[in-house]
Amino acid sequence: MTEPKRRSKRFLERERRDLRREVLIAPNPALGLVAMGGPNDPVPELQLLDGRAVSIDGRPEAEFDVIDHFVARHGLDLEVAEEAMGLDELELARRLVDVDVARAELVRLSRGLTPARLARVVSKLDPVEMMFALKKLRARRAPANQAHVTNLKENPALLAADAAEAAARGFAEIETTVGVARYAPLNAIAILVGAQTGRPGVMTQCAVEERRNLQLAIQGLVTYAETLSVYGTEPVFVDGDDTPWSKAFLAAAYASRGVKVRFTSGGGSEALMGQAQGYSMLYLEARCLAAIRAAGSQGVQNGSISCVALVLSLPGGVREILAENLLAAWLDLEVASGNDAIASHSPIRRTAKLMGQFLPGTDFVTSGYSIMPRYDNMFGGGNYDADDLDEWLTVQRDWQVDAGLEPVSEDAVAAVRERAARAVQATYEAFGFPPVTEEEIEAAVYALDSRDLPDRDRAADVAAGDRILAERITGLDIARELDRRGFAEVAEAILGMQRQQVAADYLQTSAIIEPSGTVRSAVNDPNRYEGPGTGYRLEGERWQLLQKLPHEVPAGALVAQHSGEHAIEETHVARVGNRSDEVVVAVGPAFGGVLEETINGLAHADVLAAIADGIRAEGAEPRFLRVRRSSDVAFIGHDGAGLSGSRVAVGLQSKGTAIIHRADLEPLDNLELFGMSPLYTLESYRAIGRNAAGYALGRPVGPVPTAMDNFARAKLIVKTTLLHARETAAVVPQAPAVEVTLVGLPGPVAVEALPGTGPGVYQ
Amino acid sequence: MEFDPATDYPLGTRRPDLVATPSGIPLEDVTLEALRAGRIGGDDIRATPETLRRQAAVARHAGRKPLADTLERAAELAAVPAETMLELYTALRPHRSTAAGLEAWSLRLEHELGAPATAEFVREASAVYAERGLLRDRAEAAL
Repeated sequence: MTEPKRRSKRFLERERRDLRREVLIAPNPALGLVAMGGPNDPVPELQLLDGRAVSIDGRPEAEFDVIDHFVARHGLDLEVAEEAMGLDELELARRLVDVDVARAELVRLSRGLTPARLARVVSKLDPVEMMFALKKLRARRAPANQAHVTNLKENPALLAADAAEAAARGFAEIETTVGVARYAPLNAIAILVGAQTGRPGVMTQCAVEERRNLQLAIQGLVTYAETLSVYGTEPVFVDGDDTPWSKAFLAAAYASRGVKVRFTSGGGSEALMGQAQGYSMLYLEARCLAAIRAAGSQGVQNGSISCVALVLSLPGGVREILAENLLAAWLDLEVASGNDAIASHSPIRRTAKLMGQFLPGTDFVTSGYSIMPRYDNMFGGGNYDADDLDEWLTVQRDWQVDAGLEPVSEDAVAAVRERAARAVQATYEAFGFPPVTEEEIEAAVYALDSRDLPDRDRAADVAAGDRILAERITGLDIARELDRRGFAEVAEAILGMQRQQVAADYLQTSAIIEPSGTVRSAVNDPNRYEGPGTGYRLEGERWQLLQKLPHEVPAGALVAQHSGEHAIEETHVARVGNRSDEVVVAVGPAFGGVLEETINGLAHADVLAAIADGIRAEGAEPRFLRVRRSSDVAFIGHDGAGLSGSRVAVGLQSKGTAIIHRADLEPLDNLELFGMSPLYTLESYRAIGRNAAGYALGRPVGPVPTAMDNFARAKLIVKTTLLHARETAAVVPQAPAVEVTLVGLPGPVAVEALPGTGPGVYQ
Repeated sequence: MEFDPATDYPLGTRRPDLVATPSGIPLEDVTLEALRAGRIGGDDIRATPETLRRQAAVARHAGRKPLADTLERAAELAAVPAETMLELYTALRPHRSTAAGLEAWSLRLEHELGAPATAEFVREASAVYAERGLLRDRAEAAL
């Protein structure tokens, strides 16, 4: 029999962390399980003959698959191909991070590069270089963000309220989907009405099957689609029941009905479907992106998307995802950079991954931030959700980075949610749909998630959904009815979206719509970052807006204002004591005066009484004085010790930090230091008094056990700073220490008045 | 004034005078008042082929040739009924059509639907599908 293996408790503890629920694997290139630089990835190459590509990345024309054929015909710009393919990879990589090489020049060169070359060039960059290049190559000047809005009950009031909140929080696009396909028209209407209530100009989509989606667009109920998936190998593309030609045709079909189109791709999908053909994820994504650009999509949602956890199982996975986003931006595509599907169980790992897109800023930092709690997220995701909103806003504030979200107060959120829920109630009433009750409105405004909402008659609801299609109820019809029912501003916003569909300006690259109705895209608001002092920077009014979080407090409010009463009274300049059993208790300049309690809320008078109790309990005698020349606890204690008959003193700052000092020690040395003032009770101060007395009387003393709260600093450092600022403001330079007594209590020590001195005139 | 793709974007705010609905209502007349008065209705609300061609010109001027090509095809498809468009989409999916079936689509696009660029696109697909075995085979087609 073998002994059970001895285990380290530390290893066991780590194994229990959320992170360890997910699997890490070594690369397996044969299965496509390699992030980038796979051993089977082709050597970049391009051969031209008679104005056409006859060999791409080592594959001759006769062996072209459907993707090669498509890219050769529509993707590669043969006029720059020779020049671009002739450039050294490292030289190209350097140009990506060179502020003196303009984005337009890099985009021009990208059009002549083959997928293998594109992948190899970005692979030369380390993560920070990739982030820098991404910042430089983003198509639109300013970043934005997209929200996901769904709920398990498909409740229209809740959908509208969530869409309104998302819009009010600054999301430029809102995507919903359905649990049951027949809900699509209802859900599309709910988020259209909600979004336009929250902020005019927010674009909306309902992710459903193409035919249904197109019909919704024709009726003016949605304005964009990102359901057009592309894969990097022919077998997976065909398994997805499409070809580059069918997808490109679909893109034109959507555009013909005024739908902004964004394709979807992302590393890991080919491996997941068992047809990666031995290639790395980044190389296959480069093929996808070349095909997407060739298909005439203005943009892409990429960065692994739904396979993110598979990519993260591999070495360099997070870097590969960033490389994907960068490649898309380099190819002049709008980038909605993932961060929607759950990437990891570990919040640290999720956030570390996010920074790759968050700090440089992409056209849409997430492809769907779940505005509602994860419970109601029907996209199988919610990497970031309602619970994380304050964190997201705080991280923006920390870095002075605009990642697309604005702080909104609880009252403002409640108001916009109610307005949206009522607008949907009015819409349902106008068309004779099953009524939205007051109970639903109330819950939609204040609920946590759809479990707090009453159930609806789902059969009646889907029948109403069918009617929207059969009767061709349009955006115009909804605007007309809302206008009649007292929602003129929502009607105007919905009408504004109809006007947008007529003008079709949002079909251009990276388009979003301002509340005024002006379209901002890479055409009229391009990213022209060229180094410090250029491009989009979070400054001015926008920075003021993003830094002012609702829970920010005025610093002064953290420290109680002085009541005007004094806990201690100063009597006269302190003398050196002559009793060997005397322990001086020296307090700081503001103690019992401007400040009245410790950081833990203990009244200064009680603290002094407790220390005195402790000192007396050991048979010594306390004497109180105030050190005025310093707010530093070491000097307060050391000055006190110099005046103490026993040469031992307790030093005490107003915030409660204490020290036991002895006159022969260096000022910054000590017998015991008590720096965890937020944890101290009166009993702690009694123990400090007892120990100080023990030292004074020459007894062996066991130091007071150390208490620790490692979060005390994070929690209280602001308050500590403010309290200490008051203490320091009360310092009187070079002033001698003075004796003090506790007001309202018999003086613990005899007070000897010195001639010519009195309170306040000791100098 | 002539349309200038270099300066007239966004059309909706810079050149609303050039934008109208398919039934000819100027963009600036798509208002709440017009809606109240019943002057605009459901089918009015979409881009015309002309507007989509202007958007294609904007994209081409910005150096985005494939996007411009897609918008040109969109302009052709704007007048094509949605059902027809979806049928063609299905026909372009893998293993759905014979070469003859796709050629019939191309002829229809050219002669009936006024969509020559899309017709050419379908022909191109057909040639590649034949090479890659993505057409519906004859046996299946006979069924």
